[in-house]
Amino acid sequence: MDLNFTPEEEAFRAEVRQFLKDNLPEELATKVRNGLEFTKQDIEQWHAILQTRNWLAATWPVEHGGPGWNATQRHIFDEERSLANAPTVVPFGVGMLGPVLLKFGTEEQKATILPRILDGTDWWCQGYSEPGAGSDLASLKTRAIRDGDDYIINGQKTWTTLGQHADKIFCLVRTSTEGKPQEGISFILVDINTPGIEMRPIRLLEGGYEVNEVFFTDVRVPAANLVGEENQGWTIAKYLLTHERTGIAGVGYSTQALIELKSLAKKLKRRGKPLAEDPIFMSKVTEVEIDLEAMRITNLRMLSGGGAMGTVSSMLKIKGTVIRQAINDLARRALGPAACPFPSEDVLGNLAVAPPEAANNAASYFNNRKLSIFGGSNEIQRNIITKELFMG
Amino acid sequence: MDFNHTEDRRMISDSLRRYLAEQYDNEYRNKIAYEAPYHDASKWAELAELGILGALVSEADGGFGGDGFDISVVFEELGRGLCAEPMLANLMALRLYAAFGQSERVDGIIGGSERAALAVWETDAFSTLDDIAMTGGDKLSGRKTVVYGGNSADHLLVVARTAAGKFGLYEVAAADTETLSYAMIDGGGAAEIVLDNTSAKLISDDAADAINAALDAGRLALCAEAVGIMDMLRDTVKDYLMQRQQFGRPIAMFQALQHRLVDFSIEIEQARSIVILASSKLDAKDRALHIARAKNLIGRAGKLVAEEAIQMHGGIGMTWEYAPSHYAKRLTMLDAQLGDTEDQLRTVMELEHA
Repeated sequence: MDLNFTPEEEAFRAEVRQFLKDNLPEELATKVRNGLEFTKQDIEQWHAILQTRNWLAATWPVEHGGPGWNATQRHIFDEERSLANAPTVVPFGVGMLGPVLLKFGTEEQKATILPRILDGTDWWCQGYSEPGAGSDLASLKTRAIRDGDDYIINGQKTWTTLGQHADKIFCLVRTSTEGKPQEGISFILVDINTPGIEMRPIRLLEGGYEVNEVFFTDVRVPAANLVGEENQGWTIAKYLLTHERTGIAGVGYSTQALIELKSLAKKLKRRGKPLAEDPIFMSKVTEVEIDLEAMRITNLRMLSGGGAMGTVSSMLKIKGTVIRQAINDLARRALGPAACPFPSEDVLGNLAVAPPEAANNAASYFNNRKLSIFGGSNEIQRNIITKELFMG
Repeated sequence: MDFNHTEDRRMISDSLRRYLAEQYDNEYRNKIAYEAPYHDASKWAELAELGILGALVSEADGGFGGDGFDISVVFEELGRGLCAEPMLANLMALRLYAAFGQSERVDGIIGGSERAALAVWETDAFSTLDDIAMTGGDKLSGRKTVVYGGNSADHLLVVARTAAGKFGLYEVAAADTETLSYAMIDGGGAAEIVLDNTSAKLISDDAADAINAALDAGRLALCAEAVGIMDMLRDTVKDYLMQRQQFGRPIAMFQALQHRLVDFSIEIEQARSIVILASSKLDAKDRALHIARAKNLIGRAGKLVAEEAIQMHGGIGMTWEYAPSHYAKRLTMLDAQLGDTEDQLRTVMELEHA
């Protein structure tokens, strides 16, 4: 047992820290600290900054323009990124489609698509869920029918995150109704500007706009856009779900959120004393902090290669999101009634009733209820673990 | 970063696991754990022969381990085997004797010929030294309560206040005290130790740091013991769910039970993680903080696992005859030893605020 990082890893950490110090724009750090929404330009700017060092696509090998990091390096980067209040990378291109193409794509697909992800030419979004296919994703109905050298797609996708910024969408579509539902699904790439596609925003409960419905009416897509074989889509989707995801536990996020929470508790007063001295409130904070400390080790243990991959990422996802939500909840409650005003320019600015970094706490709390729902709800993760517990 | 145990630690853990599985089945355990003298002197000698006690102190002090991970691998196996021998008491005593260079005692305990116990708590003092009222001197009077292993000790290490306002450590021969031994509800022995002008030998007149370090070693041991118990309970619950048929199918088919098993399995992994971290910090400056964090989490996880294990076994989990019931009982009660989950939380908050 040795819980220390090697001198090389510590040197890497110092390098990351210095890079972030020198290159992270203050406006972006402030937005992260204050839980504010990013514009498309913000995200593109940040991606470009990271790519100056080939650090954008953390999981990609060097030959394809990634940094070739191992799991520990990715963990260290994620930790430092969070501590510096740097934005996360939007995952759909670099974190999702990239690894899929590296594993299942043709040489031509890799050569044409991967560079455009890295240089920001193409913003990708994801077309998985449908109104009738959420947790039961394999029941999806969006149909792709072969017509000469094309497929013609009809159907509807939903919960497409940041689709409003996208140039392209990768979709799971039904190419066969024979056999088990999982056996008739294909993974296909679609240009968002193809005639017949309509994107409609879905406003979320806190007021924000980050997800969309996407409607497909007779959308004609070249058959060359298929990734892998026809009807191999489910294998690809499962690969993505269990593909090593260093950040799935959100340890960096939670660490940062907890630092913010504790500093907020020092500023706010209850019954004449800082909230940070209130034993009832702080006992809750402290227990979450202990859970997070254990999570940090659990994450490192599992990254260093213990346990079945499906179980590992599912466990990390469940406990990691529970901890993040608990911190969000405490941050919202720390404010008391100052959490009530609906975030607006006035409320965030000259009418502020809460410290500026906390004015969005209630909105962040509501927005982050998504954590235990998306990416395979925590209930679905429990089903995955159950299978391995009883079969494994 | 490396999460594998050394070859030596794997060996001691394997041999202890084998020994307990072969020599210490549950029926036998319950027989000795609840009948005076609440442990088995011959098993104790065999454990000493296996080197279990030697693993608890460093080479410099006469043992061959003494690191946080040495303690945690041993106690994890003691937990898995639900061992009722007074290992916690002798761990803490060994650490104190070693801290004050009492090599004769260290050798005696490691060799299995002597046993000792730490007599520290009083009726209103269950977790911090500051609450202790007993005053020290050549003679000691008063009562030390729920002394783990006090039932089978030859020597008692008694904590009392010195005239200078420090915490002194005194040794008293158990034979000179009135020792009221009893079984604990989760098996194994403890005692009320009544001192009445009893002769005492001063070992240190300023022992607070060493006592706290020994208590933290004990807390780490309890945490590791809990992990061994929890692993065992997870496996038995899993097997039981697959075996038990209701409504014409194994109850493992019911999602209400599946998800609860998953939830407590996740907590067990969290518990294992925090014990690994605490083990790595036993000799660090921030030892007390990490030990208290670990025992707080263990207290919460342990309660969940113990209660769920009983519940998911249904009626059978309520019976004396069924081994997992006793595991659940031990897992629940070890929280009360050396400061419970709320008490550890107080420690963490004090240390973080300081």
